[in-house]
Amino acid sequence: MKDSRLLDRDFGTPAARSEKMITLTVDGFEVSVPEGTSVMRAASEAGISVPKLCATDMLDAFGSCRLCLVEIEGRAGTPASCTTPVAPGMVVHTQTGRLKDLRKGVMELYISDHPLDCLTCAANGDCELQDMAGAVGLRDVRYEAVDTHFRARNAGGDVNPQWLAKDESNPYFTYDPSKCIVCSRCVRACEEVQGTFALTIEGRGFDSRVSAGMMGDTFLSSDCVSCGACVQACPTATLQEKSVIEIGTPERAVVTTCAYCGVGCSFKAEMRGDELVRMVPYKDGKANRGHSCVKGRFAWGYAQHKDRILKPMIREAITDPWREVSWDEALSFAAGRMKAIQAKHGRQSVGVITSSRCTNEETYLVQKLTRAVFRNNNTDTCARVCHSPTGYGLGQTFGTSAGTQDFDSVEHTDVVIVMGANPTDGHPVFASRLKKRLRKGAKLIVIDPRRIDLVQSPHIKAAHHLQLKPGTNVAVISAIAHTIVTEGLFDETFIRERCDWDEFQDYAEFIADPRHSPEATADLTGVPAEELRAAARLYARGGNGAIYYGLGVTEHSQGSTTVIGIANLAMMTGNIGRKGVGVNPLRGQNNVQGSCDMGSFPHELPGYRHVKHDHVREIFESLWGVELDKEPGLRIPNMLDAAVEGTFKGLYCQGEDILQSDPDTKHVAAGLAAMDCVIVHDLFLNETANYAHVFLPGSTFLEKDGTFTNAERRINRVRKVMAPKNGYADWEITQMLANAMGANWTYTHPSEIMAEISLTTPSFAGVSYERLEELGSVQWPCNEKNPEGTPLMHIDGFVRGKGKFIRTEYVATDERTGPRFPLLLTTGRILSQYNVGAQTRRTANTVWHEEDVLEIHPHDAENRGLKDGDWVRLASRSGETTLRAKITERVSPGVVYTTFHHPTTQANVITTDFSDWATNCPEYKVTAVQVAPSNGPSAWQEDYAAQAELSRRILPAAE
Amino acid sequence: MSPDKLVYMANQIARFMETKPHAEGVAGVASHINDFWEPRMRKQFFEILETGGDGFRPLVREAAKQIRRPV
Repeated sequence: MKDSRLLDRDFGTPAARSEKMITLTVDGFEVSVPEGTSVMRAASEAGISVPKLCATDMLDAFGSCRLCLVEIEGRAGTPASCTTPVAPGMVVHTQTGRLKDLRKGVMELYISDHPLDCLTCAANGDCELQDMAGAVGLRDVRYEAVDTHFRARNAGGDVNPQWLAKDESNPYFTYDPSKCIVCSRCVRACEEVQGTFALTIEGRGFDSRVSAGMMGDTFLSSDCVSCGACVQACPTATLQEKSVIEIGTPERAVVTTCAYCGVGCSFKAEMRGDELVRMVPYKDGKANRGHSCVKGRFAWGYAQHKDRILKPMIREAITDPWREVSWDEALSFAAGRMKAIQAKHGRQSVGVITSSRCTNEETYLVQKLTRAVFRNNNTDTCARVCHSPTGYGLGQTFGTSAGTQDFDSVEHTDVVIVMGANPTDGHPVFASRLKKRLRKGAKLIVIDPRRIDLVQSPHIKAAHHLQLKPGTNVAVISAIAHTIVTEGLFDETFIRERCDWDEFQDYAEFIADPRHSPEATADLTGVPAEELRAAARLYARGGNGAIYYGLGVTEHSQGSTTVIGIANLAMMTGNIGRKGVGVNPLRGQNNVQGSCDMGSFPHELPGYRHVKHDHVREIFESLWGVELDKEPGLRIPNMLDAAVEGTFKGLYCQGEDILQSDPDTKHVAAGLAAMDCVIVHDLFLNETANYAHVFLPGSTFLEKDGTFTNAERRINRVRKVMAPKNGYADWEITQMLANAMGANWTYTHPSEIMAEISLTTPSFAGVSYERLEELGSVQWPCNEKNPEGTPLMHIDGFVRGKGKFIRTEYVATDERTGPRFPLLLTTGRILSQYNVGAQTRRTANTVWHEEDVLEIHPHDAENRGLKDGDWVRLASRSGETTLRAKITERVSPGVVYTTFHHPTTQANVITTDFSDWATNCPEYKVTAVQVAPSNGPSAWQEDYAAQAELSRRILPAAE
Repeated sequence: MSPDKLVYMANQIARFMETKPHAEGVAGVASHINDFWEPRMRKQFFEILETGGDGFRPLVREAAKQIRRPV
């Protein structure tokens, strides 16, 4: 029997939202449903599935297949149940003699133009057309079709012009027009769910065909973003995953959480034995509601990639080749070195970096390793280089450092500000949900130096695009606040009730100064004053206003100040504490929220509690049986500085690639090279491993149990669907390392680690694996007061009590353009690749982005004699690299842009050591550069490639 | 780290805290450094201060009295 999770129940049409209930009877059963519900859905609620082909509850009713006909007493004819809304007292019959005949006739026609190759079809057993033929009792097809879509040649042997070849251009799925029933589900999924509008029905009547892009396009060359929504919507084998074609249908499904971005989509991992057949977005997943993007849906092949290292390795020096050894030997080598370093250089000479790609439980153990076993607070995580300013800024103003809303909240938003984020690339599933709301009339303000896709794309147009110069965020946010305050657009009632009125007065006096006005700052920011004022008015008075922001806000010298400014805006306009509003950091990595929650930062224990507080340390001291250090530890950049200085000698780095992801690569390399023991724990020999002495092979998210916490604070289960290829889950490896260092940890399952987290951390007090099993997921705080979690924060009051207004003075970054470096470089990511690319570069996603390119405005390109596709040299005061130019008006004159997904480009050779004043979050988004024509790789790139190749040598295993 | 970088970081904090009322600003610089700077960094901070510390902004120098000396 099939796993019940394989078949999601499909109610046929989306749920209605009305609170008014309507009662009707279906086949004699009484059922009550919200007003606006379709008869089809009402029947489904009553447990009766009306046959259907063109309907699915992911899409609005369409009424084209004529299979879902019903009879309604007192009404003429046989209306389609999908498009007929319920009415009070309605009496519906779904199975009468007349309906049975009609349905059989409809199916007969469908089948007459369908190849009856069911046995060898990839959708065999997973085909709605097949199911419906069975459901209506079709036993005979009387029609001998003369013209068909499925015969390559007609009876006379001539080429059939209606037959079209299979489109196999997309690396992950095929389009076989011969199996298409033209139900339009794929076209509608592309529009309604994904919002890309890449698909259409071309032609009319018998000539109707699904078509991607323009005439002559394939799926790959069209605008298709390969999100998979059409494949999922297709009731036949017309759109089919290549993995299913190759392997066969799955036999069971396990619900788990995507290991890519901070949206944290729920997926069903559909399995046959221990082989993953496909990942299908889970409709009950509260972050994604059944949608996905190309990464989570398709780009999981890295888990089986030949580059994966499955055996532990060690070496004396980083100039030696690697030597494969047993786990025991690797762990005792690592522990011995770390102990020796501490004996010689002191307790503070070693530390850890936790991973935002690993689970909460794993992260918790890594920080516990440094605090309880190394006995210092030298722990940090990649949030240092992305959202640490969010932690500081929201902590200061609201009292806690997390997004205030759930993703569902966007459905109630009237005005959206997207600042320094590119959701269609970075957080695609959230972007689809946002675009759906925008198509229904919500207004959009984009604050970004680039013309990102959201500014204008099919059926989406931003009301205002404030195309600011990189580095002027605070000036722009302050000018918006200035407009709101001086034009009297603030919400006095909210401020008086929820904030400190005197503090607001102080802030208002500060911000009302003419130096903050849009007119005074326009030259500096490049944003026309009238445009900015109009945007400010829209946000303040346009209804529910929500702010979503990304690393374009945080990764600046004034990152924390901008976050504070954003919080000020939300408070002064009363846009906090209900649906549709709020301040929402879009988190980069899957578990960056969780890694922060779990005490990865050197100054705070799990739950954001500073190490200086005796009462907090005591909680952990009594449980762990050791005295904890009360001084803050080193942050990543401080660790590297201390390493270069010679006081920091040993590092355990789990699931991060700091050499590629962190700024000023040369400095990172110098820091790593100065250490005596670098332990890299990862899936692959990443760039950081070039400088490692111990390599501990890691496990993928498919191979272990645990939890991830997404950008909505939602704790989602990660479930093991196959045994770890490397032998152990990552939490086990950390435990073995701790025990090799003399700890006596005895966890036997991640649920025991979560039990320890909930015991010690008030906001997790109510979280347990049993609770997660029961509720599916839960948003922290989850405790006695909020046993089912907290979808919206700060409803009746701020976590800190009164919301705090803080002055936000603009201070220009010292990273300035000049004659040597006249352009500003800003960096980001692209849809198909993820972070350092360690995972996505090892999948077919490279077909969309095989190298990093430099976006440059035509004007700047012409000045330098550059053509599209030319090799260019990109140089800053830190270093130089080469890559190809892409000439585009998405960037303004004076601004260039690139991604950091490929180690061969090494964009971070260019970025500098400037950082946020409060958190040391690097200023990735502003670097003064020069661009010039080039012939090929820079000297650095050549040296780097040579060193990397030498460093990756592995000796053949000893017999 | 290089003394220049440390001075630069301290001054960045001061630039933010300078917008607050004076006493709050002084306390703000001190508590920020106490809360986030590892003892090695604070030790170096005092070394620079004691050899003149000319590069520090006035608010940093004033806050120094409230900054914890690492033991």
